Amino acid sequence: MEIIVWLSRLQFATTAMFHFLFVPLTLGLSFLTAIYQTLWLKTGDEDYKRAARFWGKLFIINFGLGVVTGITLEFQFGTNWRHYSEFVGDVFGPLLAIEATMAFFLESVFIAIWWFGWNRLSPKITTLAIWLTTIGSNISALWILLANGWMQNPVGYVIKNGRAELASFWDVFTNSFGWLEFLHTVPAGYVLGGFFVLGISAYHLLKKNELTFFKKSFKVGAIWTLIWSISLLITGHFHGEEVAKKQPTKLAAMEAIWETKKGADFPLIAFPDEKKEKNVVEVLKIPGLVSFLSYNDFSAEIKGLKEWPKEERPPVVLTFWSFRIMVGLGLLFILLSIWAVIKRKNPENYPLLLRLLLINIPLPYIACEAGWIVTDVGRQPWIIYGLLKTNDAVSPISASQVGISFPAFIVVYSILGIICFWLIIKYARKGPEVENSKIKTSIDY
Amino acid sequence: MEGNIYQVIWYILWAVLWTVYFVLDGFDLGAGSILYFIGKNQKERTVVYQAIGPFWDGNEVWLITAGGATFAAFPKTYAVMFSSLYSPLLLLLFCLIIRGIAVEYRNKYENFIWKNLWDLAFFLGSILATFLLGVAFANIFQGLPIDEKGNYHGNLFTLLNPYGILGGFLFVFCFAVHGANWLAFKTEGRLAERAASLGKKLWIVAIILAALFFSGSYLSTDLWKNYFNHPILCIFPVLSLTAFFLVPPMLSKEKYLKAWIASGLGIFGFSAWAFIGLFPNMFPSSLNSSWSLTCFNSSSSVLTLKIMTIVAFIFVPIILAYTIWAYKILHFKVPTQ
Repeated sequence: MEIIVWLSRLQFATTAMFHFLFVPLTLGLSFLTAIYQTLWLKTGDEDYKRAARFWGKLFIINFGLGVVTGITLEFQFGTNWRHYSEFVGDVFGPLLAIEATMAFFLESVFIAIWWFGWNRLSPKITTLAIWLTTIGSNISALWILLANGWMQNPVGYVIKNGRAELASFWDVFTNSFGWLEFLHTVPAGYVLGGFFVLGISAYHLLKKNELTFFKKSFKVGAIWTLIWSISLLITGHFHGEEVAKKQPTKLAAMEAIWETKKGADFPLIAFPDEKKEKNVVEVLKIPGLVSFLSYNDFSAEIKGLKEWPKEERPPVVLTFWSFRIMVGLGLLFILLSIWAVIKRKNPENYPLLLRLLLINIPLPYIACEAGWIVTDVGRQPWIIYGLLKTNDAVSPISASQVGISFPAFIVVYSILGIICFWLIIKYARKGPEVENSKIKTSIDY
Repeated sequence: MEGNIYQVIWYILWAVLWTVYFVLDGFDLGAGSILYFIGKNQKERTVVYQAIGPFWDGNEVWLITAGGATFAAFPKTYAVMFSSLYSPLLLLLFCLIIRGIAVEYRNKYENFIWKNLWDLAFFLGSILATFLLGVAFANIFQGLPIDEKGNYHGNLFTLLNPYGILGGFLFVFCFAVHGANWLAFKTEGRLAERAASLGKKLWIVAIILAALFFSGSYLSTDLWKNYFNHPILCIFPVLSLTAFFLVPPMLSKEKYLKAWIASGLGIFGFSAWAFIGLFPNMFPSSLNSSWSLTCFNSSSSVLTLKIMTIVAFIFVPIILAYTIWAYKILHFKVPTQ
């Protein structure tokens, strides 16, 4: 049983994290493409039209892999986590079903109208289609994050007939935890998309290629990225306060706090030792900061991990370091986007900034994945916080089944992932099409 | 748990979602299965991709929605079905992933080997996915060895019994006919002619398999039982066969859209027949019929079903409206290069 749980966890974590390599760019780049397209409609500037086409193409390559890897996650609740599915289906299932109904159809149908209707349909319809694709992606994010939020902070249910049954859909829909996740995750996608645009623009600006075109993309991207980077800090703070209230074990693991204490310090660097139940190294402590960030009070009490038996604590090292990586990168993103905004008029004269933006492209991906590790590893050992343990949720399948499927996922996903990023890099380096009017959509596919 | 009307509504909606999925993804899966018979070289095969390019993704969302609706409305069925069918489902998933990516990436790089490899992936993924769907559903129709706790006593090869394999081949050939009709409709010139003549040949095999499946179902399943009690329901199998018999004459008259609608109605009628025959079962046990999962013993609470009903009744008509609109405005013939 133990091995099946472990393999299933690894398989779910791998497939979910792989899926999330494509989701944030979908969220961010669809929005930016819609903005470029709208700017073209408003100003008539052909460069914005080419921008919508150029960034749209990169969006499409990325989107394909996002779609097909999403199905895996829906299947896995049933294939690997049967007892979870039986236990929560009444509350959790509708969120997934509504996501499909309200968002997936919208996305998939209008992306086709956008891409295949180009040059066939009026620009207004194409623009509408891009916006509806964007809205679809964002609606999808809301419902899936409400679903995840329910696993973090279950509300609006009663235990009846041996399962969690829906008591109030309104409570599930208005779950503050889910909304805070939404308000933090979606802007994270916007920031990733923004830095993607800035990084690729920087590459071409460094090469002095298509200067006017990429300066326009840069300008929009810089302002956009700064706005959302700052919003991440704010929503991240509120999200942290919510975690402190609702998931004390996660908070303690995020900050590696073992002993309950009033005025808990924030260690910038620590090496927690889970066996000895203490931090072997702890440096650069900021006095009382954890208490302040959690409760707006430097002397508030923070419960230490020792308050809970060992089997109810999440993995501390992974949660602690993922949290620091996410926050550290988040702060870096604010600085970098401030710099980009200041130099937005003539970025081509600042090669250092451009080089930093170029090598920065992978960092938002790392920050996003780190954020999910904090969220879902920090939730352990619970699959539904305080309600159902991950160990009790697994399917009665044989170890050989997961033993085969997990390596199969690794092989297939690695190949597809490499191909996808290779294609994105290929088209990103190629730059925008010169004469847009010559694009023939049906051949272009 | 007492039976209630919402359980019946959701059984119907569940069946409708799967049915629409078969009708829609059926033609793009079918187009993949006949890729090499329509396109003799890379340039011709490109046309096949262009003919389904705008549609395959939206079609596949019906599968995701069918899965989501099973989870939401019948969590126990979802949980038992997906864990019992672990290996075939993940195999199906890999096929769908690979063929979907083949459609998206095949024409993004001009290279002979690259395109040939994606062609192979698209062909094999499509045909195997279709076969697995057929095998899985045929086995659901005849029941699987699940005990009273819903634990499955079998493996991947348990599913490969004669009736299951027959179901697999039936799906492959029906979808292939449906795909051929679509390609005849969407393409021009020699490709359209080739698709039409292939469609007619495949049709002969499909109709023989259908006859075998209808009679095999009498021998190995209870699917006909509801029809003996309510003969009026026979309109669905009759509709299916009538529509299917219209396919060859429509192809001969070069009325390709009508041929495609006819094969679509054929698949619709077949699927409706099967789900009506299955009712109220959703995942029957072959060990003991009292262990079968039905829409009455595996459903969500009435509150959940009510909320889902409201969502479905608001959004499904909207989805259908914009989907039909999309098919209309994206209606253009793909030129043969």
